[in-house]
This record gives sequence, C-alpha cells and structure tokens, in this order.
Amino acid sequence: MRVDLKQAPGRALKWVIEHGRPRKRAAARETEANAGGKPRRNAAWRTEANASGKLTRNAAAGPEPNASEAAGRTNVQNRLWKGLQMAKTLIELRDICKRYDDNVVLDHFNLTVEENEFITLLGPSGCGKTTLLRIVGGFEQPDSGQVFFEGQDITEFPPNKRQINTVFQKYALFPHMNVGQNIAFGLKVSGKSDSYIRQKVKYGLKLVNLEGFENRKVDQMSGGQQQRVAIARAVVNEPRLLLLDEPLGALDLKLREDMQYELIRLKEELGITFLYVTHDQEEALTMSNRIIVLNNGDIQQIGTPEEIYNEPQNAFVADFIGDSNILDAEMVHDKLVKICGTEFPCVDTGFGENKPVDVVIRPEDIIIREPGEGKLDGVVTHNVFIGVHYEMEIEAGGFTWLAQNTTSYDVGTPVSIDVIPFNIQIMHKPVKPEQEALDLEAE
Amino acid sequence: MKKLPAVPYIVWMIAGTFIPLLMIVYYGFTDRTGAFTTANILAVFQPVHMKALGLSLGLSVVSTVICLALSIPLALVLKHSTMGREGLIVFIFLLPMWMNFLLRTMAWQVILEKGGIMYHLAHMLHLPFPPIINTTGAIVLGMVYDFLPFMVLPIYNVLEKIDPNIIEAAYDLGAGESTVLRKIILPMCVPGIVSGITMVFVPSLTTFVISNILGGGKIYLIGNIIEQEFTTSANWNLGSGISLVMMVFILLSMAALMKLDKNGEGGMM
Amino acid sequence: MRKAIRGIYLIIILLFLYLPIVTLIVLSFNESKSMFAWRGFSLRWYKEMFNDTTMLSAVWNTFSIAMVSALLATVIGVLACVGILQFGKKGQAFLLGINNIPLLNADIVTGISLMLAFIAFGFYLNWGTVLLAHITFSIPYVILSVMPKLKQLGVSNYEAALDLGASPLTAFWKVVIPDIRPGIVSGFLLAFTMSVDDFVVTHFTRGAGINTISTLIYSQVKVGIRPTLFALSTIIFVVVMAVLVIANRGSSRQSSRNDFFLETPQS
Repeated sequence: MRVDLKQAPGRALKWVIEHGRPRKRAAARETEANAGGKPRRNAAWRTEANASGKLTRNAAAGPEPNASEAAGRTNVQNRLWKGLQMAKTLIELRDICKRYDDNVVLDHFNLTVEENEFITLLGPSGCGKTTLLRIVGGFEQPDSGQVFFEGQDITEFPPNKRQINTVFQKYALFPHMNVGQNIAFGLKVSGKSDSYIRQKVKYGLKLVNLEGFENRKVDQMSGGQQQRVAIARAVVNEPRLLLLDEPLGALDLKLREDMQYELIRLKEELGITFLYVTHDQEEALTMSNRIIVLNNGDIQQIGTPEEIYNEPQNAFVADFIGDSNILDAEMVHDKLVKICGTEFPCVDTGFGENKPVDVVIRPEDIIIREPGEGKLDGVVTHNVFIGVHYEMEIEAGGFTWLAQNTTSYDVGTPVSIDVIPFNIQIMHKPVKPEQEALDLEAE
Repeated sequence: MKKLPAVPYIVWMIAGTFIPLLMIVYYGFTDRTGAFTTANILAVFQPVHMKALGLSLGLSVVSTVICLALSIPLALVLKHSTMGREGLIVFIFLLPMWMNFLLRTMAWQVILEKGGIMYHLAHMLHLPFPPIINTTGAIVLGMVYDFLPFMVLPIYNVLEKIDPNIIEAAYDLGAGESTVLRKIILPMCVPGIVSGITMVFVPSLTTFVISNILGGGKIYLIGNIIEQEFTTSANWNLGSGISLVMMVFILLSMAALMKLDKNGEGGMM
Repeated sequence: MRKAIRGIYLIIILLFLYLPIVTLIVLSFNESKSMFAWRGFSLRWYKEMFNDTTMLSAVWNTFSIAMVSALLATVIGVLACVGILQFGKKGQAFLLGINNIPLLNADIVTGISLMLAFIAFGFYLNWGTVLLAHITFSIPYVILSVMPKLKQLGVSNYEAALDLGASPLTAFWKVVIPDIRPGIVSGFLLAFTMSVDDFVVTHFTRGAGINTISTLIYSQVKVGIRPTLFALSTIIFVVVMAVLVIANRGSSRQSSRNDFFLETPQS
C-alpha cells in the first residue's frame, strides 16, 4: 500500500503559501508547466518535478547530515536533500480488522505513514477513518492486525504509553483547569520540572498565538481559541505523531480557513508527523502532502492532492473530490474514447478496444464554443453565478453537463462543448457492487 | 396583566413559606406570655441540648463521609457496568430509593432487633450477636442506608455527563489510570459530590425518625429534642429557638459547601 | 480481575440495599405472628390487611392527598412559570431564588413552621392542613421541572400561534402546553412521589385524627409492628417497581424526572 512516497511532498503546500486560496487545478497545471509539460501519468515527470528543486520541505525535519556536506549545498538543495532522506517509516498498520457487532468497519487494512508527512484520511462519515485514528491513538483495539511504531509493535499499548498525541474534534479541554493547566497536564504527568513546564506552556501558547492566556478559564474562550489550546496541549509533549480528528469541524468557515494555514505553519515549525482525519475535501487538498481516500473501510486512492484531484482512480474518488461530470463511455482504442456517441481524442492508453469505461471531466475543463464548432451541440439549461465564475448546466448528447466558465451564457443559448484530450480522465469500471451503487447515485 | 399567573404562586410562597418561617422566629424569641426573650436560643447551651447537637453533627458527618466513600467507587462501577446506562443495573439500584422511607428504616429495626434476623443468623453461625440496635452505630447504619442513593445519584449523574473524549485526552497526554481518576474524574465530579453531601448531611443532621426507630428512643439527636418540644412537651418557644440554632448550622454548612463548589452553577444565595 | 472486583462491590452494595426489603417481603408471607420464626407460607396477613380499616384509611389518605396536592401544585407551578417569565431579569431571579427556600429547608423546619402558622391562624389540623402543607413543598419541584422547558421553548412558538390568528388562551393551550408537557408530567410525578414519601411534614400538620402510610408505620413502630404492615410494604414495593418499569419504558431513560431530581439541590 505504500504508493509514491517520495513524490513532491511539498507541492500543494508551496502552492498554497504562494497563492493563498487554492484552486488546485490551476496549481496542477502550473506545476506541470514547470515539469516541462510531460504527460501526467509518467513516473519520470514526478522525479523531474522533484529534481527541479521546487520543493518546500520542512527544514527542521530529519537528522542533520554531516556539516561539511550540508555546507556545500544551497539552502534549497539542502532542504531537498533532507526531504529525500526522510523516507523513514513512523507508523505501520498491518492487516487491521475492526468490526462493531455485524458492521465491518475495517477489513484487512494496511497503511504506512512516513516520518514528517502531513497525511490526510479523507472520506465520508462512517468510512472508518475515525476508527482508524482511534486505533493508532490506542483508544481502540483492532480485532486483529498490528500497529507498529518505528518497527515496534504497539498494538497493545494504552494511549498513555504511546508517543502520539491527539487533537480531538470537540477539543476535550479539561473544564476544571485553566488554559495553562490544560497545556501543562501532559508535562506534569510525565514529571517534568516546574520551570521546564512554565517555559513549555509559554512556548505552546506562543506557537498558537495565544500568548498571555495562561490564566483564562476554558469556557471563556471562543471555539477557535479552544481549538488552539487543544493543539498547544498536544504539541508541547513533543509527540512523534499528532493525530487530528476533524479538528476544524466545529469552527465556522472563516475560522476554518485561518486554522488551515495555521496548521500548515505549525507542521512546518514543529517537524512532527500529522495524521489528519476529515470529510472536507477542501481541507484535505489544502494541507496534505498525501491524501488517502477511504470508503467503507477500503482505500480508494492514495496520492498527492494533485493526483487525487486530477487523476481520480475511480468514480467514487472523482465524485467525492470536487464537482465533476462522470459519464459512461466506451474506449474505442488507445487515445480515442466515445462519449455520448461522439468520439473524443484522449491521452490514455491500455484500456483495450471497445471496452466500457468511466470518464471524468471537471466542470472547469469544459470549453464552450459557438454551436457547431465544438464536439457536442447542446443548450444551456441553468446558469448561476457562484463567484469568480458562472456555473452552468448544459444539455448535450443526452447528458446534463456541469460546466464552469468566466463567461456567462444565458439559459436557452445553443452552444457546443469541447474538451481537450488532456482533460479527459479515463477510469476502469468499478468492480465492487457498492461502487456500482455509488455510480448510480452519481448519475 | 401578563404577570397575573404568578399571583397564586407569590401568595402561596408568602402564606406557606414566609409567614410560617416568621412564626418560628417569633416563637423562638418570645416566651409563653409573648414577651421577648433570648432564653430559647441560649437554651442550646444546656448540657442536654449541647450533647444532642454535638451528637447530631458528629453522626451526620460520619454518615456523610461513609456515604461519600461508598458512593464514588459505586458511581464509577455503575458508569462502567456493561449492562448499560439505560440498563438494568442502574434501575435495580434506584428501585429501593423509591420505597417509603419509613418502611426502609423499619426494616432495619426488624433485622437488627434482639431476636431478629441478625440474631438468628449469628446464632446459626455460632457467632456472638452484634448488639447494634439502640446504639449510635445503628443510627449511622440507618442514615447511610436511607441516604446513600442521594449521594450516589448526583455523582453518577455528573460522571455520566463527562465527555469521554476528555478522559481519552488525559490518557493521550500520558496520564495513567490513577492520575486520570485523581486529576480529571474526581475534580469534575465536585458539583455532584457537593450536592450529594448536601442531600445526605442536612437530612442526617435534622432527622428524628431514624434515631427514634433505630436508637430505641434513648439516643437524642437535635431533631428529637425539637420534635419532643413540639409534641410531648408542647414547649413551642423552646422548640422554635433550638430550630433557629439548627438552621444556622445548616446555613453555615451550605455556605462552606458552596465555597467548595466554585464551579457550581447558580448558587442558592 | 478488575471486573471481578467491580462485580463483587456491586453485589455487596445491592445486598445491603435489598436485604431489608427482602426481609419485609419474606416476613409478609409468614404464617406466624412472630417475626422471628418461620411457620410456613401464608397469605393471612394480606387478608387481614384488607380488613384493617385504619390501614386502608391510611392508604386512602396517602394517595388522595398525593393526587390532589400534586394536581394543584402542578397548576399553580405552571401558571407561576408563565407569570415569572413576564418579570424583568431581577424579578425573575428573586422569584426563582425564593423558590429554593422550601427546597433547601430541612423537613422538620417546614413541618413545624407550617404547624405553627396553621394553629396561629386558627386552622383545625386535619386532612386539609396536610394537603395545604404538601402543596406548599411540592410547588417548587414543579417550577424547577417546568421552568427549563418553558425557557427553552421561548416565545416564538407562542407568537407564531398569535400571528396565525389564535387567541392568547388558545395559543397557550394548544401550543405552549403541549411543548412543555414533558416538564409538566415530570413535575407532577415528582410532586406526587414527594407527597407519598413524606413523613415529617405530615407528622406535624396532621392533627390527631388522620394517618397516612408513613405516620401509621411510625406509630406502629413505637407500639409494636403487626405483620399486616409487611404485607403492605410488599404491595408498595411491587407497585413502585411496576410504576418505575412503566415510566422507564414510556420515557427515555434520561428521564427528566431523575435528571431533575438530581439537579434539584444544586440550584
């Protein structure tokens, strides 16, 4: 299950830092341009992206290589070097099974988490992601399978014996203690000296921009502040792995966005591994180095945010990550696919000849032309301005296409749609019955 | 007049609570002729009254402590009982509490009496019969039996409401089981403990029923003194005076408890 | 191991709680009049109980007083809640504050104070004075269980009903009352239970003529318990159990009754 671990782990992050609010597709294109426009699914492209030195890797992470060697490299090279050094396994889940009564939540689940990753478990509620997190944290025992921490089997270890801390969804701050006492709790329990604790509490509060809040009562803090305290309380213990269970779920939109950047910054500053659980694809795409898309306890796809968004491996992922047009199609032969009875050139190969496939086309990839000038003629049936661009529905070829465009076409306008080969994502038809059900739902 | 519906309540509170309480104050500070006196209040310093008051305070403290010591582990066990919160165990535990208080006390008399069940049991096992009945021990036993649920329930109720994530967070931060109990669970139970103490201490301090039934009518608590003044001796002035003194003790103990429970929502004062 | 310790502890406590009750039940079926020797199973005391007019009248008094006092207390309490909410913040705090006084007062103080007042105002101590006394100590419980529901409901539903053309009385009856019914029911049940279980207040306000179950037991304990009392206890126990089972089935277990009961002393 270890997939593409060394691929450009910092790309999403870097992009976010440079551009603020993410529009991933554009980001991906940009990166692609950097990479010299090679086909996306070519493994060599990734290596090239790495080698191009456009990585932002956490400087604090990894052991310092010997000094003279380090001195010889530029800062960027140095960071890259470290990034490549760090493929060290922190947590390994091996063959985990968990069921509640008759409900199988995890079925022979395997996962490897590398040191210093920001890894996100993304999936709809009830997909097993929280259970997984609780197993890693030690709050629940798997029915079978093992959890390894740096090679040591910690399956039976209670939570207090693990070098792992958790940020809970509803913060779980101790109501009878003030902010400082909350943050100091873990340190006190492990018998640290008073002066060390004082210093650490100060540091923790500074880290989350809450300096001087030591003596506040917990219930005098806003939701966002409580969340920060919960994060500080976890990180002052210097865990090797920080588990975050939908930590932003209870916050309002604006605060949630602020906290996303805050978390990215913290991750950079602390150099600890983050294992993050969310059902919010936006959050996952913004923050992660690697996303694991889960459904019904099965891994649907593992990849960087770009890969997940641009190259969903099946209809579930495509549907879950962003809006998309998912269509039944037929692969005529390599690089040619028949959608709604019309042949579209594409870039995919290896799907056989005259085989049914699924096709994903993102709404922003649909090009709207004058009637007759595109591949499929149709009519605009809905048009809503959603900020930045217009979202339209176009009836064409017996399918309702979702399209986004900065130009508005009035309802009733005859149009023609086109898609460039590069933006047509071909996927195998699902094999599992539950995925079929999802396909039906998607249509 | 929108406030009209509250009128019966206000009238009732004045007639049923304020005037009667003023009556006690009036009687407490007058003698039989209606003249002002502090003798009824000062009567508490008479040795027999001092002894009763001291004994009442002592026994109610002892039974409150015993109830507390029994209740905390019990509430924890109930919380962990796999039969579930909706479940049987809690129900079984609550059931005796809804029995008539007099019946429950009487039952202990039947058990402890000379020639009672305990006597036969001890005889059968060739053990010496424990002469508990008519001692302060029996009174404490009765208090604990009668008021134990009043201590367990508030504590259990608070325990039930603790977010399990908070306890998990404590483990997550490295605390062991005993630390979690001492630093997290018990401090969070304080509101329940405080209301439990109030609910056990006040009735124990003021009871005359338990001491009468299980003390054989020979052990006088402050409640017995007051009851006697109002019934057999018919000296209402003295009874009222001693009641006033007792109320002062109740208020003092409640004030102390309120201090303990700084987090308590909405105090009575 | 830990489970075993927990189990043992639970069993010991349950034995402690049930030993007296089981004793009473067993003795109620004992043929012998002596409570110390088993002379075989018999329903004799149950038969005698139904012929014992003092006991029957005590049972009647207990339940008639409980029923009437709980009903009246509920009516007064619900009205009070509605009225109190019309007061300003300070007025509300004051009125709810004095509501706590009877709750926190020791039974014996409530009992003697009411007795003094009744006598001073020339009441003749009988069934009626007991009823009045029970209403007095029941009202606060009703208010405590109705008030949170009413506050939670807010005025918007009531105003919506007015907006749709209902008269204030109709709006109150058809919209407000159904919404706060759980609170009213639990308040009523609580008042009823408190009344049935009361001994101390009844003891001081009943006068010589009448008995409730509690006062009957008290007087018998002093002069000698007759086994008919055991029969009565058994029946009470069975009835209480049945009522609680039904109540538990009916409402969810976080029944406001328990909830409320536990929170009472805190407020």
